[in-house]
Amino acid sequence: MEFTADIGLEVHVQLKTKSKMFTRAPYHYGAEPNTLTDPVVLALPGVLPVMNKEAVRKTVLLGLLCKCKIAERCKWDRKNYFYPDSPKNYQLSQYDQPICEGGEVEIEMLGASRNVMGEHRMVQLTRIHLEEDVGKLTHFANDSLVDYNRAGAPLCEIVTEPDMHNADEVFAFLTALRNNIVAAGLSDCDMEKGQMRCDANISVRPKGQETLGTKVELKNMNTISGVRNAVAYEIKRQIHAVTSGEAIHQQTRRWDPVSQVTTKMRDKEESHDYRYFPEPDLMPVSIGAQQLKVLAKELPELPFDRQRRFMETLDLPYTLTSVLCPDKELADFFEEALADTGGKVAPKAVANLIANDLLRELSGGEEEGRLPLSACKLAPAHIADLTVLVEDGVITKQIAQTIFTEMYATGKMPSTLVEEKGLQAHSDDGELESIVREVAADPKHEKAISQFKDGNTKAINSLIGPIMKATQGKADPRKIQDMLAKVLG
Amino acid sequence: MPSEKIDIDYVARLARIDLTEEEKVTFAEQLGNILAYVDKLNQVDVSGVEPMAHAFALENVLDDDEPGPALTVKDALRNAPAQRDNQIVVPKVVEDA
Repeated sequence: MEFTADIGLEVHVQLKTKSKMFTRAPYHYGAEPNTLTDPVVLALPGVLPVMNKEAVRKTVLLGLLCKCKIAERCKWDRKNYFYPDSPKNYQLSQYDQPICEGGEVEIEMLGASRNVMGEHRMVQLTRIHLEEDVGKLTHFANDSLVDYNRAGAPLCEIVTEPDMHNADEVFAFLTALRNNIVAAGLSDCDMEKGQMRCDANISVRPKGQETLGTKVELKNMNTISGVRNAVAYEIKRQIHAVTSGEAIHQQTRRWDPVSQVTTKMRDKEESHDYRYFPEPDLMPVSIGAQQLKVLAKELPELPFDRQRRFMETLDLPYTLTSVLCPDKELADFFEEALADTGGKVAPKAVANLIANDLLRELSGGEEEGRLPLSACKLAPAHIADLTVLVEDGVITKQIAQTIFTEMYATGKMPSTLVEEKGLQAHSDDGELESIVREVAADPKHEKAISQFKDGNTKAINSLIGPIMKATQGKADPRKIQDMLAKVLG
Repeated sequence: MPSEKIDIDYVARLARIDLTEEEKVTFAEQLGNILAYVDKLNQVDVSGVEPMAHAFALENVLDDDEPGPALTVKDALRNAPAQRDNQIVVPKVVEDA
């Protein structure tokens, strides 16, 4: 029997703010334990919450980015539960009036190969609401430790419809969502720092059946790849259970990244009764049409829109755009470099230098752990200068490689390096001719030359290397060929 | 009379409190009276009345994102019965909220 899987996600994203959601205690990642608290965070008697304007603004931007309907007016509620991660015994969240409703995120599915653009489609969102984060627990053999630094940090929860059907789509969704949010500067979305977290609701049903199967909630997935692996595993586990005649129980399961399996955490019967009620200490927030208009102007061009523009108006191939566009910093760097060339150079030449040479240096030859652009000494002007030098014929492509390595190491401008090292392309035909004659006179090339004279035009290619070497790489290979033909002809 | 019979065991479990059999009888009756009292509100016709979130008709009470002071670790942990490595020690909890 064939099965369809239905997957919905709950994605939590920590907003980039300097202070917490309902108090001005500072917040940033990586502080020593319990150094980012105040009486509100610790829920000491008599404290009152005051909302962070920037967190509301960023949530509305997120909603606009995802084409959600922004509520004209919304409120906050208390979600009651006892757990040591929350000093108040409730979390401030939004129950029935989220800031954003509906919405969609464009995703790209896997293409036939790496060089081929995959199909694009929209994944539907249910809602986005704004709440506060909880503290961090570290479990030991006999007890647990609590750090309240993270407690009260602004947190957006993005809920999708059960609109994804395999692990690759989930991966594509999380990647696209992260790229969009990072591009808009709303969060850094680093999953390993807990700035983006994801739970997945998964069910399977026989193909063709209308109603969804019983859903299982998956937790504890700490990387986007981890989510993909966990979802792929859970779909297989459920299909295996159903085909073996077992019933799927509504439960919460935990992904174990070490053994790569999901294990049961709790059944639905043990689930919580949160007793939501409106928070009496917070006033509602209303967002006017005028404010939405102003905020809409702050939205960045989305990575996929930018990719289409690069392909259509700059005639860049998919492979280059798929490297540049997901990373706003990189795509901005490219556009600045292109502008710096003053229209002299083909966009593809500029893009190649960034997507290939620059990224190769930044990644140090490894797939993972690429350094950020800010870690290198190059500005867009370096790239522009280098491509213009090649375009104007001042230096050869071979020399450009040498200069690239040199400028990456030193941060010196290519023009300066060319001057300093005298790397200008050979333009003196007389000198090139004498070098060509000298190399051609070498007895070891006699055979190649006679083959050339017998009509094998390719035979002289073996002389190009030695000639190039004699010119210290400064000659244009085409010029060498012409000169050879002239000298030998 | 209360509109619904209160499940005192469930309420006690949610509040994480242990009640004796006598207390259960007492509190069930008291909570039932409270529900009955509040139930009177249901008799008022509120059709056409906009629900209000707060006694004051205020909205958009928002603060600029300027970080203020934080408590020292020492002050932050002053009420913790047990502590280690500048963190609060709690009984081992594995359940996820």
